[in-house]
Amino acid sequence: MSERISLLAAERAEEWLLKPGVYFMQGNIAAAEAALIAGCRFFAGYPITPSNEIAEHMARRLPQVGGYFIQFEDEIASINAIIGAAYGGVKSMTATSGPGFSLMQEAIGLAAMIEAPIVIIDVQRAGPSTGIPTLVGQGDIMQAKWGSHGDYEIVAYLPNSVQEMFDLTIEAFNTAWEYRVPVVVLSDQTVGHMIEKLRVPPLEEIRIVERRKPEVPPEEYLPFDSRYLVPPMAVAGEGYRFHVTALTHDDRGYPSTRHEVSEKLVTRLVRKIRENEKVIGRYESIMVDDADLVVVAYGITSRSALKAVREARREGLKVGLFRPITAWPFPYWGLREAVDRGASILVVEINMGQMVHVVREYYANITEIHSMPWAPGEVPRPHVILRKIKEVYPR
Amino acid sequence: MSGLRLGLRTEPIKSLLRLERFPHIWCPGCGIGTVVKCYIEAVLDSGIPIEKHVVVSGIGCTSRAPGYIKLDGFHVIHGRAIPFAVGLKTVRQDLEVTVIAGDGDILAIGGNHFLHAARRNDDINVIIVNNFIYGMTGGQYGPTTTPGSITTTSPYGFIEGAFNIPYLAAVLGANFVARWTPLHTKELTAAIMEMFKVDGFAVIEVVSPCLIYGEMNNLPPLEIMKAFRDRTVIDHEADLSKIDIDLRDPRKPIVLGNFVRRSRPSYQTLARELIKKARGGG
Repeated sequence: MSERISLLAAERAEEWLLKPGVYFMQGNIAAAEAALIAGCRFFAGYPITPSNEIAEHMARRLPQVGGYFIQFEDEIASINAIIGAAYGGVKSMTATSGPGFSLMQEAIGLAAMIEAPIVIIDVQRAGPSTGIPTLVGQGDIMQAKWGSHGDYEIVAYLPNSVQEMFDLTIEAFNTAWEYRVPVVVLSDQTVGHMIEKLRVPPLEEIRIVERRKPEVPPEEYLPFDSRYLVPPMAVAGEGYRFHVTALTHDDRGYPSTRHEVSEKLVTRLVRKIRENEKVIGRYESIMVDDADLVVVAYGITSRSALKAVREARREGLKVGLFRPITAWPFPYWGLREAVDRGASILVVEINMGQMVHVVREYYANITEIHSMPWAPGEVPRPHVILRKIKEVYPR
Repeated sequence: MSGLRLGLRTEPIKSLLRLERFPHIWCPGCGIGTVVKCYIEAVLDSGIPIEKHVVVSGIGCTSRAPGYIKLDGFHVIHGRAIPFAVGLKTVRQDLEVTVIAGDGDILAIGGNHFLHAARRNDDINVIIVNNFIYGMTGGQYGPTTTPGSITTTSPYGFIEGAFNIPYLAAVLGANFVARWTPLHTKELTAAIMEMFKVDGFAVIEVVSPCLIYGEMNNLPPLEIMKAFRDRTVIDHEADLSKIDIDLRDPRKPIVLGNFVRRSRPSYQTLARELIKKARGGG
């Protein structure tokens, strides 16, 4: 083509971003606006309920900030396209729900392997399979971590409000570009569709992480330099002329079948997240300090669980709420003190028991761990959770 | 064609090879190496700065090409080179993005992406090295295998139909469609250079021998090469519906040419205009 433009039409982008202030906004739309503020300039997706508002909003808003929106032929194309865009140096994302998230798994492994920073918003719905597209579920917890083959690490956030759809989407971009890792915002149908208060802070108060660029000349650049946990990232067209492959590769990015190369690479892909788990991992503890029973709940379930916990307190039971804000890394250390004090745990989630396995991994032999499995389709009401609290409350 | 400066080149082809990775994995007599050479020649002669050329591939023998080419290169997962390339090109329209992959990668597992990239008219170049077989995995039939062929997964004969790639690409709306062989290096290089200039989806099928598994198609290695010499006909105006390939029928010509030249604006060009419209600037 004759007309070659150097980069995106980035000029005048800021004037189109959401202004600071207080809004009454839907969760999905808050996530889309947050992505724009985080610097997202490419969205690729495929229609799927209950995530559609994100794509629809991005289709309207991205061109205004000089970005691009493509509705692809499927979720597989969508996620591969955002990985390509990320290697063009542009912050990129997709949004989907269970079936689409399943289709994306192979490419999530690709992004982990070639250390492409991408953001995926998964608005979870009732499964398995097509399930109930319009109703809530939390069945993607394990898939988010273990869905692709081989060993790798991802990061997943668990928003429980419209405010967190906004805040954690920005944080998801920051984490993706800080660690060169795929990051999932594991939302759910209810948080995605609910409309509530959103406070947008002034832009200068929002932390935005940008790509760490290589500082060496091209002949010295190693795209997967194992002297770093997270190597600086060159992108296409900068003159580095680097090679990237999804095959097991050495520091130069060249394929290798040598065991030492495999061990070095896979270990680093895992270490870069595990060694930073306490920097990345987040949780919220409410009334946990003196609790005899700690309810573990996340996403929309945590809001019902909090009401149940408060009700239990009114009835004289020492119950607290532990809310993981990251599913992965799982913030196990946040439960340590309560468990050491002898508190029991009750995990409430809209699935047949997923996060409870992780809690057991850390605390099974130390304290009693109960599960309240809840078939996808609705949020368990506070009185149902309260009944379970009373049933398992230590005597 | 204009811009073609073969013979005046100052940069040797080796300057764009990752020689430290040699010997390469391709079998002696394979056509893929020749395609790589033609691509590199076209890149060097394109007039586009070398650092702006990007090569993307999927999985298979052909898809190993970026691993030997000293450009920004991406060897991604099976069938997904096109969507990766589309994402990259859309956000970085200063780049000249070329996909080099095989018939199985592009047209079987990646068939849906080929279809829609052609329909959208994405401004990328796709070089399909068609050897009628899955070579890397051991001679299984693919979407271009000639009906009747014996392969490792059609021991009693292949009973499906085969894609006619130029016809398919033309029907889907590609802006540039060509077919050449590794014996036609001058024409192939010129066609690749023309691809770089096309604003839109550009496809070249390179009909290429797989010497290891060709024999299973009842065509011994030398016969394939002879067929490329004796049975090829250059006809730029050919009726594309009639140019399917049957390597086993000695009377059937292999029709080559630059068949389609359209100027439908690319998706990326229209997307840039959309930005102006969305901002109220017309």
